[in-house]
Amino acid sequence: MLILFWILALTCVGASIAMVVTQNPVRSALYLVITFLCVAVFYVMLSAQFLAAVQIIVYAGAIMVLFLFVIMLLNLGAPQALRERGTLQPFFAAVLGTAFVVMLLLSNSLVALSKVRPAAPPEVYVPLGTVEGIGKNLFDPKQPWILPFEITSILLLVAIVGAVIMAKRRIQDHTP
Amino acid sequence: MIGQLAIAFPANLGPIYLPALVPYIALVIWLGFVLTILPGLIWIERVVIALMQDRSGPNRVGPRGLLQPTADVIKLFFKEDVLPENVDVRIYYIAPVIAVILAFAACGTLVLDAIPFVDAEGRQFTVPLTVGDVNIGLLYILAMASLQVYGIVLAGWASNNKYSLLGGLRASAQVISYELAMGLALLCAILMAGSLRLGDIVEAQATRLPFPGAPEFLRGSILAWFWLGTGLIPVVLYTIAMVAETNRAPFDLPEAESELIAGFHTEYSSMKFAMFFTSEYVAMLTVSGLNAAVFWGGWLPPLNVAPFTLIPGVLWFIIKVMMGIFLYTWLRATLPRLRYDALMALGWKRMLPLALVWLFVLAGANLALERRASSAPLPTPEAGAIVPRMRSTGGPASITGQPPASAEPGPQTPVPGSMEAPASNGAP
Repeated sequence: MLILFWILALTCVGASIAMVVTQNPVRSALYLVITFLCVAVFYVMLSAQFLAAVQIIVYAGAIMVLFLFVIMLLNLGAPQALRERGTLQPFFAAVLGTAFVVMLLLSNSLVALSKVRPAAPPEVYVPLGTVEGIGKNLFDPKQPWILPFEITSILLLVAIVGAVIMAKRRIQDHTP
Repeated sequence: MIGQLAIAFPANLGPIYLPALVPYIALVIWLGFVLTILPGLIWIERVVIALMQDRSGPNRVGPRGLLQPTADVIKLFFKEDVLPENVDVRIYYIAPVIAVILAFAACGTLVLDAIPFVDAEGRQFTVPLTVGDVNIGLLYILAMASLQVYGIVLAGWASNNKYSLLGGLRASAQVISYELAMGLALLCAILMAGSLRLGDIVEAQATRLPFPGAPEFLRGSILAWFWLGTGLIPVVLYTIAMVAETNRAPFDLPEAESELIAGFHTEYSSMKFAMFFTSEYVAMLTVSGLNAAVFWGGWLPPLNVAPFTLIPGVLWFIIKVMMGIFLYTWLRATLPRLRYDALMALGWKRMLPLALVWLFVLAGANLALERRASSAPLPTPEAGAIVPRMRSTGGPASITGQPPASAEPGPQTPVPGSMEAPASNGAP
């Protein structure tokens, strides 16, 4: 289990770094897919099979395919097309990224997560990551998650309506 | 399955816990079937299309052309492997591998049969004959099916050929569009079964009555399966979506030979082309198997009477899968290819709204039935079968270290609290 974790962790971090560094946008997108798949396997290792399946279906299977679609449609195959020149963005990104990692390490040493964590997995299996577990937690009136969940769905609905309106307007503009 | 109650294997054979061996048996059966039938599928397809188009079809190699697939496979093996110039070599090589691996990975959770076992205390339970009895089996197949498009898209992009690229783009748009309708159609069946585990979905069909007050011999028969139980619309939607999802005619726009040469696999030759071919046929088997398991009762015989129940469940499942393959061939021989905008309009403007509306209608009807059943003093077995059975679900056994979740009580041992009539045990 631990060996698997380290292999996956290194793959995941390596793929994320490669995604940022790679010049070729299609390869970059593929590295992001690898990262998503690694995260899905992490979910399975945490007994959250439903989340893993959703991660693969939604992110790797739908969103990244759309990304690839757009990248290929715009034909961004040439590496020079995307290269940014004369911006400070990489510098700031590096500084903030380092700060984030340092903060994570500090928080780990402050809270001492490694001491809190039980040595062995719990004996009683709590099906939190299954469909039943998530459904019960999400829609249970005693839990506080139902309101955020519904608000998120409204947010998505607004986004869908917005996308449709934008698309419609462009059609009207082009066909006066 | 009900008719097979007479044979039950002992759970422990000496020190060996037999149900633990079931996944390996399933692996051997299913992989053996898929790998043997693959060349046969090509033959079946060519012969059936030839029959439908009133011509002879392959008839030169072997009796009735039966050795034609062998000849084709040998030809594919020994063809020159051409590497075109200006391709993205790494992605060009990895694309068919992705396609074939994901195709085989997807078919792993299909449930072939349920094997009855008896443990030392005389309790009976069934173990689904499947490679991986995952509690989200259906979602797993959907996830793998949605990843399969990468093989096609990457092949199209890496070939550095505009026809290939167009084929890949079409494939990605088409698969995303039809995945939605496919998922919603499957959701209708999940709603009735109350589980995402394929074995549970089939078992829910085994204990169902076609309508309240139906005679007992119809329980779990062809009329009780979800193709009718969900109201016929989901199975039609799913069948259309499954053809589109596997990029077969009449939805074979990614490889439309009259406009795109050969689409995404234009630049592929010999074994790399054969791998795309394989992945396409395995994907067909997988989605047909999903159709058989979710809507057509999986391993169940169409009627629980003697001649049908003597045939083992695996054979029933394979018969149903092959009927799906026949449907594919039939469609290919009959229908012309859709225009691209018609394809998109069908997916987004017809199938998706219809599936959504039907899902709501079905959920409302189920809720009404459930309400009526809970208010009535004696609930009908029909409503009892609809009530989602919440089971304690263990994760994949290898990960959580739990005993195999398949050791749960099957339909033979009624779940405490559920309304399943024990009469369902009545073997004819």
